[in-house]
Amino acid sequence: MMTENLSSLLYLASSICFVLAIRGLNSPETARVGNFIGIVGMLIAILTTLALPSILSYELILIAILLGGCIGTLLALKTKMTSLPQLVALFNSVVGLAACFVAAAAFYRPEAYGIGTFLNISPLSIVEMNLGSAIGAVTFTGSVVAFSKLQGLVSGSPVTFKGQHQLNALLGMILLGLIAWMIFEQTETLFWAILCLSFLLGVLVIIPIGGADMPVVISMLNSYSGWAACGIGFTLGNILMIITGALVGASGAILSYIMCKGMNRSFFNVILGGFGVEDEVIPQQNIGDKSIKSGTASDGAFIMENASSVIIVPGYGLAVAQAQHALREMADILQERGIEVRYAIHPVAGRMPGHMNVLLAEASVPYESVLELDMINRDFAQTDVAFVIGANDVTNPAAKTDSSSPIFGMPVLDVENAKTVLFVKRSMASGYAGVENPLFFKDNTMMLFSDAKQMCDEIIQALK
Amino acid sequence: MQPENIDPFIFGITVLVLACFVGYFVVWRVTPALHSPLMSVTNAISSVIIVGALIAAGPATGNFAQVMGFCAVVLASINIFGGFIVTQRMLSMFKKKR
Repeated sequence: MMTENLSSLLYLASSICFVLAIRGLNSPETARVGNFIGIVGMLIAILTTLALPSILSYELILIAILLGGCIGTLLALKTKMTSLPQLVALFNSVVGLAACFVAAAAFYRPEAYGIGTFLNISPLSIVEMNLGSAIGAVTFTGSVVAFSKLQGLVSGSPVTFKGQHQLNALLGMILLGLIAWMIFEQTETLFWAILCLSFLLGVLVIIPIGGADMPVVISMLNSYSGWAACGIGFTLGNILMIITGALVGASGAILSYIMCKGMNRSFFNVILGGFGVEDEVIPQQNIGDKSIKSGTASDGAFIMENASSVIIVPGYGLAVAQAQHALREMADILQERGIEVRYAIHPVAGRMPGHMNVLLAEASVPYESVLELDMINRDFAQTDVAFVIGANDVTNPAAKTDSSSPIFGMPVLDVENAKTVLFVKRSMASGYAGVENPLFFKDNTMMLFSDAKQMCDEIIQALK
Repeated sequence: MQPENIDPFIFGITVLVLACFVGYFVVWRVTPALHSPLMSVTNAISSVIIVGALIAAGPATGNFAQVMGFCAVVLASINIFGGFIVTQRMLSMFKKKR
């Protein structure tokens, strides 16, 4: 027999498992065990709940879990590592929607949770419930928009219109007003109105944010999904949901903070959106008398062959071109010839936190050779070749010197300190910030104009 | 002060604030290389919302709330299975130098 006390203790055990799961991510060695502990925690939570006396329809629940489990397993196994940001956005949206459904269930049958009777729920619970469902709804539609932008279903460029922020602020205020109204008068219409308004708000909040700011958006929505669980946890008086929601909420918030810091922009600046154009939209800039030096794959191969150390700087372009395996093959050949090869990762490289690390790991690059900005930035000065592939703005020296630049103050990789910079790029187009990169015109820079994967393959041919 | 005099809401807030602190300290220690797995695993554990969904789907008699509960269980299960499996997939790729 599952008593309240016993189930509470088991929920506590489950919360500890979740903390340990995150704690395991301190290092790649402990991470796998951590993930396993997380699975155990979830199992404890589910079994404990199923053992509650009020749960009777086991067949129905089994069908639901199997159905969801199959879909989730397929998605997780079939998705390519380059599409990881989309998958995370999709999963975020699913949690958000689930929170809405649970809130609706609690609204229509509050007796099951001991928070009152239909349309006569205690005022505190109704506010918690509506906050939870509102955050869940914003998470759902916001993540769907983020997913569509990442998947390329809609354009990644920011959608802005006049009075956008005022409209959002007004809708937000109306939303809070409606939730407050619920304290005095509980109606079904009001419940659904709050939900619909939140769905709308989720779309409106995410559309002005451009593709390259997606690392912040994904982290933020991840955080929201946690707060939604937390709100529902308050409604249902469930400690496990409150703890877990807070863990997830804190995690997403910290990641958003790290991403913003990586771009030297405030959180609000990112959220208000409208920053940057998608790449390949080339604003005609007066290059004037500045000249660039461009080379072929064999030039690049020659320079690297004669180097003793190479630092590779990958960016989102690497993921787009699916060039990670070719890049690793190239690095392997260099290493066989006694050349030291390392990788430098900027915090906002890619479309989600840690995106580049996963791609390189997929290509079997050992994680010890992959270093973060703070760890490796000083080493460029003692390096023969910096090989920039698929990155642009994160190497722009203007961020350090030109106070009029939109990216001024952003921490960048000091690639220009290397003896030679090899810059793989498809064209002279500027990066997402729409800023010209003075690095292209430096004497020690050689541009290698090509698709990232094609260039790696050609260099491999030239090296052989 | 007797424990039964404490409002459950205050109790909840206490737990929430403490959990935020735990989350803050644990997450800051995660290595940046594993930020993607961090997102997917937090994604998976936020599906603990399934606890609420199971209670809604639980009663033997059918009603609207139960339909909502059923849908929520399906959705949360997608996330639990998907989130943990994709995390495992990612982590299995992180290898040491041979």
